[in-house]
Amino acid sequence: MMKKLTPTEIRDQKLYLQWGISEDEYQKINDALGRLPNFTETGLFAAMWSEHCAYKNSKPLLKQFPTTGSQILQGPGEGAGIVDIGNNQAVVFKAESHNHPTAVEPYQGAATGVGGIIRDIFSMGARPIALMDSLHFGELNDAHTKYLVDQTIAGIGDYGNCMGIPTVGGETTFDTIYQNNPVMNAMCVGLLDINDQQKGAAAGVGNAIYYVGAKTGRDGIQGAIFASTEFSDEQETQRSAVQVGDPFAEKQLMEACLELIHNHSEYLVGIQDMGAAGLISSSAEMAAKAGYGMHLNLDLVPQREEEMIPYELMLSESQERMLLCVKQGFEPAVEALFAKYESEAVKIGEVTAGDRYQLTFKGVQVADVPVHALVDEAPVYHQPSQKPQHISETKKQQYQPKIENLTKTFQAMLQQPTIAHKGAIFERYDSQVQTNTISTTQSDAAVVRIRGTQKTLAMTTDANPRYLYLDPYYGGQIAVSEAARNIVATGGIPLAITDCLNFGSPEDPESFYELEQATKGMTEACKLFDTPVISGNVSLYNESNQQPIYPTPMVGMVGLIENPAWITTIDFKKSGDLIYILGETTAELNGSELQKMQLGHVEGPLFNFDLRYEQEQQELLTQLIHAELLNSAHDLAEGGLAVGLAECAFASELGCDVKTNLTATELFAENQARFIVTIAPDKQKIFEAQVANRATLIGQVGGKRIKIATMDDVIDVDLKNTKESWKGALAWQLN
Amino acid sequence: MIYSIIRFPGSNCDWDMYYVLRDVMNVVPQFVDYREKSLPQDTVAVLIPGGFSYGDYLRSGAIARFSPIMDAVKKFAYAGNPVIGICNGFQILTEAGLLPGALRSNDSLNFICKPQKLVVENNQTIFTKRFDLKQTVMFPIAHGEGNYYCDSATLQDLKDHHQIVLRYQNNPNGSTDDIAGIINQKGNVLGMMPHPERASEAVLGGEDGKMLFQSLIESMTQNV
Repeated sequence: MMKKLTPTEIRDQKLYLQWGISEDEYQKINDALGRLPNFTETGLFAAMWSEHCAYKNSKPLLKQFPTTGSQILQGPGEGAGIVDIGNNQAVVFKAESHNHPTAVEPYQGAATGVGGIIRDIFSMGARPIALMDSLHFGELNDAHTKYLVDQTIAGIGDYGNCMGIPTVGGETTFDTIYQNNPVMNAMCVGLLDINDQQKGAAAGVGNAIYYVGAKTGRDGIQGAIFASTEFSDEQETQRSAVQVGDPFAEKQLMEACLELIHNHSEYLVGIQDMGAAGLISSSAEMAAKAGYGMHLNLDLVPQREEEMIPYELMLSESQERMLLCVKQGFEPAVEALFAKYESEAVKIGEVTAGDRYQLTFKGVQVADVPVHALVDEAPVYHQPSQKPQHISETKKQQYQPKIENLTKTFQAMLQQPTIAHKGAIFERYDSQVQTNTISTTQSDAAVVRIRGTQKTLAMTTDANPRYLYLDPYYGGQIAVSEAARNIVATGGIPLAITDCLNFGSPEDPESFYELEQATKGMTEACKLFDTPVISGNVSLYNESNQQPIYPTPMVGMVGLIENPAWITTIDFKKSGDLIYILGETTAELNGSELQKMQLGHVEGPLFNFDLRYEQEQQELLTQLIHAELLNSAHDLAEGGLAVGLAECAFASELGCDVKTNLTATELFAENQARFIVTIAPDKQKIFEAQVANRATLIGQVGGKRIKIATMDDVIDVDLKNTKESWKGALAWQLN
Repeated sequence: MIYSIIRFPGSNCDWDMYYVLRDVMNVVPQFVDYREKSLPQDTVAVLIPGGFSYGDYLRSGAIARFSPIMDAVKKFAYAGNPVIGICNGFQILTEAGLLPGALRSNDSLNFICKPQKLVVENNQTIFTKRFDLKQTVMFPIAHGEGNYYCDSATLQDLKDHHQIVLRYQNNPNGSTDDIAGIINQKGNVLGMMPHPERASEAVLGGEDGKMLFQSLIESMTQNV
């Protein structure tokens, strides 16, 4: 058990420093209270003023993001963002990072990351309909990384599978830089009847504060603080800050909450997930948002461990808990409803007038603070920023790869774990439960139908940290553009994004520069594509022993496909179909998978990127899809045209015969804004009239081989064998 | 004529089954809560859907079998009425003793979700009469504990009585004798790991599963 210090001992021994509160911040707390904070109060401020809860280092940057639009019903600030999709329906989504817990205890870290993001979605009144993830690990050459991958996948799978929410897509990449700091981001998408929209607010004096769900233990105490500090070699001691998940309890809790919201909304004032910083953040935010005070009696908090102190009860991040504000008089009805789901519902306090946030424990008041000081008055820092040395001192030239044997290079590329088939991961997730999944890996974005309508949703998660490492500004633009490209290639119109900003310490000027430039680039792209940022989170301090990860802003995007005829997949459809490439290819290889494969890292100035051109290309593709001219479409990404063509063939069992006027090197260039499309031969005239000179015919679908002829060399491989080795490569490397 | 879908805490393929029966097969499904002690009066068939009843704690299906509704399900089955358990439903039926054998962890120890080719080994049942004998069909699987096990005497018994209804073409989980689905000797209780309800609409990737529901519905209609 923790030893409770007195207010003066806290001051004299500077306990607050250990909890991440600076000297200045401690002084601010003293000023807000007009006295020294006691032990519990110091803990409350430490959690609420952590980067994880208060965004104190990232707020000035996040403010640039566009967050509104005619389609946006709810932007950042609630459990999740909401986008109107017509007919009184809305799509609700958010992503969250769980990097630190996953590094320390991958199974529970990943599982509870999924559990937390699901609660955010149903707290808004939506039924979760899909999960996605974005994972970045170290190279698969050591046992620990293999263990991290295996257990992370198991954790994600076990939680989503048990909840009955399909995991429909995602991305997984491998790079040495993530060896000690894996990135685990999970996104959840829900469907909402607009009449059911909820808010996390606790209004109305005398209304009851209800604690529902699992009991509170000592797991995850200080999790938010833990997520806001760097790792050192002592990280093993932080294992106790990782929470433990129980998806069965959450399934029951979700069904109870959704029944309450959908059938008995008259009982309810507000509802919020107890996520990061548990009871303190949910209750204080609900009170502050509504402009009321709150009193909680901590003796009433359901506890599964003995002798827990207020500090522990407030900061525990035990999972599968929600906080409700229930209208006076409906308490018995709410308790009966939760009892039906064998889920606990306990009144622990009530809404009060004014601005005081008060806690009592064993008859004694243990905290009495102005709620706005906790929630809204965390300091905001404008950190110094400095261009990283590796960018300012880089040689201004593009990588000149050596390709001695093109076929061998091509085959080696297909074996790279980032490129190889991800079945070894994906097949461990239930991707089909709810029977709405139309496409997972057959399309650039996953496609999920909205039952009872003609509409489907396209969804994707994207980040290419290598590009951001070389150029965070253009890399940030590319992250959003790539997500939009995936939605558009699938036949959708992008609606909005959520993000997880995974970066190094903001107190390091070079890392802060990356965050600043990446968010600037993302902002410009989001404005151009009209995809506001409706939710997200920030995960800073992703570094070990002063080595930060690559800047990794994960973009989760959802798009709407209004007409089922527009759903477009990547697989070659018919022998004889014509293959075209849209977009320009150059011999700029910096940041590419080929450079990474040959050098072991990326370096140099990033290839050229033009956001306006990207948008024009995407608009062209949308026109072609809406004109129903295309049999398939696939965007070009890691591994360039060579890998893109192979993926279309692997998805279909049909080969191709392609002749390009590119060089062998250019086959692997990763210029953005490019697509491969196929059309039936009888549509050639009308297609070419529509694209004018913006698409180049490069070959035909058919046969059992992948043949790609360049100016200086030829790839000619057997489809079946090549596919088998691409399919098996990751499973083999994971063993 | 009501098709009763039993719902346990943690069932999560309950709605999938409901929608297939209502929207694809045009019959009347009804959910039955695990705390009920009887089935709706007009029940013609019981369907136990997939999911993670009681979180698969202890063993998959091990707790669900003690639910109040299970006495009514057993009585219904003993009277010769049709009962289907899919995935977790199959696990519950073996735990409840309505079908022989047990479902263990997949031999990879991993959850597996993917389409799987199956061979129809017995088309003389009320659930499979629309299929051809030895027909290959594609149903998805999605389970962590789908590795069917029984001892050699039981296996011989299953073979002798033509109780093996579905076999995997490429065994994904280590199941004894490639077993994917079995029926009781009376021919009215079917358990299977693959999901026909996920293979009943072309837009979701295939319609082979519809034939199973069609077989059952035809059998019910002809009985009247």
